Amino acid sequence: MDKFETLTGIAAPMPLINIDTDMIIPKQFLKTIKRSGLGVNLFDEMRYDDDGKEIPDFVLNKPQYRDAEILVAGDNFGCGSSREHAPWAIKDFGIRCVIAPSFADIFFNNCFKNGILPIALPQEQVDVLMKDAEKGANARMTIDLEAQTVTSSDGEVFSFDVDPFKKHCLMNGLDDIGLTMEKAASIDSYEAKASQSRPWV
Amino acid sequence: MSPKTLYDKIWDAHVAHEADDGTCLLYIDRHLVHEVTSPQAFEGLRMTNRTVRAPDKTIAVPDHNVPTTLDRANAATMTEDSRIQVEALDKNAKDFGIHYYPVSDVRQGIVHIVGPEQGWTLPGMTVVCGDSHTATHGAFGALAHGIGTSEVEHVLATQTLIQKKSKNMKVEITGKLRPGVTAKDITLSVIGTTGTAGGTGYVIEYCGEAIRDLSMEGRMTVCNMAIEGGARAGLIAPDEKTFEYCMGRPHAPKGAQWEAALAWWKTLYSDDDAHWDKVLTIKGEDIAPVVTWGTSPEDVLPITASVPAASDFKGGKVDAAQRSLDYMGLTAGTPLKEVEIDTVFIGSCTNGRIEDLRAAAEILKGKKIAVKRAMVVPGSGLVRAQAEEEGLADIFKEAGFEWRLAGCSMCLAMNPDQLQPGERCAATSNRNFEGRQGRGGRTHLMSPAMAAAAAITGKLTDVRELM
Ligand code: SF4
Repeated sequence: MDKFETLTGIAAPMPLINIDTDMIIPKQFLKTIKRSGLGVNLFDEMRYDDDGKEIPDFVLNKPQYRDAEILVAGDNFGCGSSREHAPWAIKDFGIRCVIAPSFADIFFNNCFKNGILPIALPQEQVDVLMKDAEKGANARMTIDLEAQTVTSSDGEVFSFDVDPFKKHCLMNGLDDIGLTMEKAASIDSYEAKASQSRPWV
Repeated sequence: MSPKTLYDKIWDAHVAHEADDGTCLLYIDRHLVHEVTSPQAFEGLRMTNRTVRAPDKTIAVPDHNVPTTLDRANAATMTEDSRIQVEALDKNAKDFGIHYYPVSDVRQGIVHIVGPEQGWTLPGMTVVCGDSHTATHGAFGALAHGIGTSEVEHVLATQTLIQKKSKNMKVEITGKLRPGVTAKDITLSVIGTTGTAGGTGYVIEYCGEAIRDLSMEGRMTVCNMAIEGGARAGLIAPDEKTFEYCMGRPHAPKGAQWEAALAWWKTLYSDDDAHWDKVLTIKGEDIAPVVTWGTSPEDVLPITASVPAASDFKGGKVDAAQRSLDYMGLTAGTPLKEVEIDTVFIGSCTNGRIEDLRAAAEILKGKKIAVKRAMVVPGSGLVRAQAEEEGLADIFKEAGFEWRLAGCSMCLAMNPDQLQPGERCAATSNRNFEGRQGRGGRTHLMSPAMAAAAAITGKLTDVRELM
């Protein structure tokens, strides 16, 4: 997994609540058996018209946001389907950080497995960052995972919470499965115990 | 011992390792797999020379992509990429030695219908699947939730999941439901009350007389949509109905093992003085038959209401509501009962079980549809066979419904069953998101009986007027 330490980049504003994973990557793109190549279809139905032409009004189609690496969005981002294709598409587009007042649970977890940092901040602070993002390409935000801060283009600093274990994995690009396999002895002994107490499982 | 909730009890029974910061390795009893969210996980195993740790606890079935038309054995009914996904699952199931129900098997169906039907899902288990509606299995008092593909790979390789415990939320539905009100109306009404993020960070236990009165099918409908309320999982404590449903299922324990299992299952309930972080109580009598009007499952109203205006809402919901109204092609103030419907879809893991088909057939008996198209997609081959035996299939066909084979179908329209832009659908599924049932398609969620009523009149309809 790619490491995440610091990031300074353009933030695209999407002031919409309940952005669901069907919006992020519609189902017709779930038929792939790969993880890569989904970036062109990120937000597909909002981004392209019926003929596949770009809709100029959509934020990621605007010249100033085409290289966005951060997304600032409304409440309950990533709700709905568990599809990991959503973070895969976000990452493939080049976005490494999403800031919103809250995230849906499964999406939130999926981000960390893919080197994306989801940051939940209070609504008022997201409002400030949304305004900042609306300034366009000159307004670069900085995310510092070690220090757990977001710095707006005006230098305003906001602190965020992150689970220490998830932070550790993200900063070091660690593979969960490898870490868990180091605890194989615990799993073995759990299984031995459970085969006595719940043999029907 | 300090009092515990049902969730606490199941959680405690599955912790294989706990780190100092509370991060746990939770042991997984059943891992369900389907073709859309698993190929990359199996590929990951191959690339790292890992194997499936517990193939006997891993069950796979193709459901999302499969055509549901009668000619589906013909490979030409599938697009190339759908076929590749299903073939990948065939191959992965074989290579890794996991239980498998191929499309040709009568037991094939939607993963969340097949699991309980075959007795894979049992009380007190942990059940995961790369699919958010895994919450369905919570109806058995199993801790069941959706996971992403990286986690699918993690469970395949280690039979555990890295988890932190969620908070406990109790949703109590007191008293009796009124006639015409179903499990679907309960679950939609709860989401209408809490909002789609109201359950975020929680595991919900549904309880109360109205929940106890539901059949296992109804309880599965309620838990299925826990995820639409943002919850990690939904749970209902197992009782005699649960045990009766499980008994004799192909993969349920037998003999002495059954007795041992039953003894433990009977301890699975929330203690009287257990701590709840959040409580919601709704009176069963206050729940009406409901429909959704917008593009979020929280956009719920009684069928007797009118389309709201964006200005009825506050905060970020004002813009979201306006966007929904535009997308849905609805005008504020229009009575919901005047909204005309083009298509009716009865099926999905929310409402594709035998009881759902019975409820719809009851309304349709001797009537004809007044919509352009209507289809019934049974949740599994076995549900389909039973409905044929009970004569329900004939009722549907005579009314003008297409009688399909099992799969997810128009619930998410990954197979050929899709809405056209602007086409309006009365659906028994669980998501009314923009484009969910086909680009530009407009979805109104409701119960099977309400969907059947809409099929007959061609409009959103109060089923009570047809009863
Ligand atoms: S029926 Fe719909 S919600 Fe259920 S598993 Fe299939 S696609 Fe998902």
